[in-house]
Amino acid sequence: MKKYRFYIMTLIGAALVFSGCGNGSEKASSNGALGSSAAEKVYVAPGEQDDYYAFLSGGYSGNITVYGLPSGRMFKEIPVFSQFPTSGYGYSEETKPMLNTSFGFVPWDDAHHPDISQTNGELDGRWIFINGNNTPRIARVDLSTFETAEIIEVPNSAGNHSSSFITENTEYVVAGTRFAVPVPQRDMPINEYKSNFKGALTFISVEPEHGALDIKFQLLMPGFNYDLSHPGRGDSHGWFFFTTYNTEEANSLLEVNASQNDKDFIAAINWKKIEEYVNNGGGTKMPANYAHNVYSEETHTGTTTMKKEVLTVDPTEVPGAVFFLPTPKSPHGCDVDPTGQYIIGNGKLSADLTVHSFDKMIAAIEGEKFDGEAYGIPILNFEDVLAGTVKSGGLGPLHTEFDAKGNAYTTFFISSEVVKWKLGTWEVIDRKPTFYSVGHLMIPGGNSRKPFGKYVVAMNKITKDRYLPTGPEMEHSAQIYDISGEKMELIYDFPTHGEPHYAAGCPAELLAPKSKKIYRLDDNKHAYGITNPSEARVERNGKEVHIYMSTIRSHFTPDNIEGIKVGDKVYFHITNHEQDFDVPHGFSIIGQNTSELLIMPGQTKTSIWEPKQVGVWPFYCTDFCSALHQEMQGYIRVSPPSSNLELSWSLGE
Amino acid sequence: MKINSTIFIVLLSILFIACGGKEEKKKDGFSVDRKKATEKVEETTPATNEVPASERITLDNKGVGQIKEITLDPEINQEMVTAGAALFKTNCTACHKTDKRFIGPKMQGILDRRSPEWVMNMILDPKLMTEEDQCAKDLLVEFNGAAMANQNLTVEQSRQLVEFFRTL
Repeated sequence: MKKYRFYIMTLIGAALVFSGCGNGSEKASSNGALGSSAAEKVYVAPGEQDDYYAFLSGGYSGNITVYGLPSGRMFKEIPVFSQFPTSGYGYSEETKPMLNTSFGFVPWDDAHHPDISQTNGELDGRWIFINGNNTPRIARVDLSTFETAEIIEVPNSAGNHSSSFITENTEYVVAGTRFAVPVPQRDMPINEYKSNFKGALTFISVEPEHGALDIKFQLLMPGFNYDLSHPGRGDSHGWFFFTTYNTEEANSLLEVNASQNDKDFIAAINWKKIEEYVNNGGGTKMPANYAHNVYSEETHTGTTTMKKEVLTVDPTEVPGAVFFLPTPKSPHGCDVDPTGQYIIGNGKLSADLTVHSFDKMIAAIEGEKFDGEAYGIPILNFEDVLAGTVKSGGLGPLHTEFDAKGNAYTTFFISSEVVKWKLGTWEVIDRKPTFYSVGHLMIPGGNSRKPFGKYVVAMNKITKDRYLPTGPEMEHSAQIYDISGEKMELIYDFPTHGEPHYAAGCPAELLAPKSKKIYRLDDNKHAYGITNPSEARVERNGKEVHIYMSTIRSHFTPDNIEGIKVGDKVYFHITNHEQDFDVPHGFSIIGQNTSELLIMPGQTKTSIWEPKQVGVWPFYCTDFCSALHQEMQGYIRVSPPSSNLELSWSLGE
Repeated sequence: MKINSTIFIVLLSILFIACGGKEEKKKDGFSVDRKKATEKVEETTPATNEVPASERITLDNKGVGQIKEITLDPEINQEMVTAGAALFKTNCTACHKTDKRFIGPKMQGILDRRSPEWVMNMILDPKLMTEEDQCAKDLLVEFNGAAMANQNLTVEQSRQLVEFFRTL
């Protein structure tokens, strides 16, 4: 074994030396045996930085993970829909409200489709949006702090899957329901689904300057399953396209019963028309109950507002706003090319891709070439809107992304491959296997007007033998392909976290320069924050005790506290007085029933501690903050409920 | 019988605890009879370090960093003092007291020991100073390795702090 290892090391060493020479002068453009060094293409030397950010959804982790491309190194996990003890998100008093819903506190979700904000159809890097699939929610993450800034619940929705895609000026983020449900919810037989259930497509407006979310309207569509969506861009700006399946409206054994129709639909929604209708007083206000959670960077605190009303729109009331484009075989992905001309529907039970033409669609609408209607919504003639079919020979097409040279890249789940094809001629240019069973793929900017077609990341559903085994459960694998040449080249393979569905990426220079380094202490407006240690104190209000504490390398002020009693509810409000980049302090105390806190410079966070036992209990900093980190500790004395001991606190006395 | 006595002891201790607020006094700390290794210390300490860094007078040393030359007006600028005092409270008091040694040195008399340039450089880039300035290096050792935190202050703010220190 040892011997083998030596040989292998020698080989690798030799290969490195060789390839190192090969690429000395020309920049990795040749496809020669020595020039094509995958290792060199993904190698980011120590101290150097990646060219692109990649934001992968965490699926059932509920969060977003941030990676660098081409290295595949993970930089951060951003907690969004799930409690995250690493930072205290969802455990601290300030962030608990972020996870409130009409169902109460829901500490988890299934995060699917991140999308970066755009201006004029190009990535602008202000925010990234992501959907919670299970308890329908949309989150907005600030891309200067990389923290969740806002979460809005989506009423009348279930399985919030065709979400959270944005229009080309970030006017709206859309949230489409996967499961049709009774609207409003009510007690009724399940088998009366057909024609009674509805599919709500929700358009959430994004305030241009600060990004505040607000439901503008909900389009109550027929009770199909709305699977994925993407916005029109360029000429088709103003439209949104949603794939549907289960147009059979089956309510049981969908595996069979929802695969009966030869064609389902892509729903084309003229949202500008509906917006105008709504602005002119159209639509019906309907009672609802949904949570709107906003985190303030000034107070470092989240607040929940329960909203009680939503504006619904009946699509048949807005003529010319909604059409169905027949699309074969339960289409899954719904992707629009950078010009906005082509709408690609990937019929997941088909071998072919169906490409619709926007111009042909408009012509068919103007010519009123309808092939019937579904619940009053006109169905266009398949042949009239079809631009072309990509006959790839692959199986199970799911999703398509684009480069800037008129090529499209489609994943095939069943045949485990990425297929590159040409827009307009529909010819297949290249195909490369993935490992294994690829779902989404991502090209930075690959669903915008301006893709950065250097890499494609394929996110796979099955890992099997790609990495060292770790018991029955494995993290999902992802592969990076260099797509700068005519043929794709597999250059790297890395494990991800949770189950990445979709991802979004952008050039590093869009985000890195404006990434926040600290929170300014003089901007801290937290209700229990303190801006200098002389304000450190302990206050009792009945059984509630508020400790105003500060941290700096390497002590807590105060660090000795007495006069706490069993049965008290003790709030540790901790302000980190550091003002230097990357100097967080942590806080934990024995028997804490929540989680530790990780407090960034200038930030205040609160942890509740309910002492149950008499004694003298230590607390300490969880983040190795300095050479004296181990000394960053303190004691809190807990007396019996009957004690008359006065509150006292001190540091260094 | 055994159980009974256990219960008794438990009850007794509960009684004790219930009284709360009682001071427990045994003896403060512990001491070990150690021969002080004074000789050895003197041997390893370089001659220049005879005076602890905090008491050393290094007025000619301007430190390392962006501040090269500062001229102090004979007249103290009260406006700057007020601003400096406020900054000191928010950004410095976690580690510095004016009248006594705390995590870091006391601030009284700082300008009798250090040049204003040195003080400002130390505030503006403590990491660079502790890497390149001998006095700052020695201070770090003297203060148990408690590195001074960079509070991201501006040049103007560091100047205001100096003005405040003049009044101490």
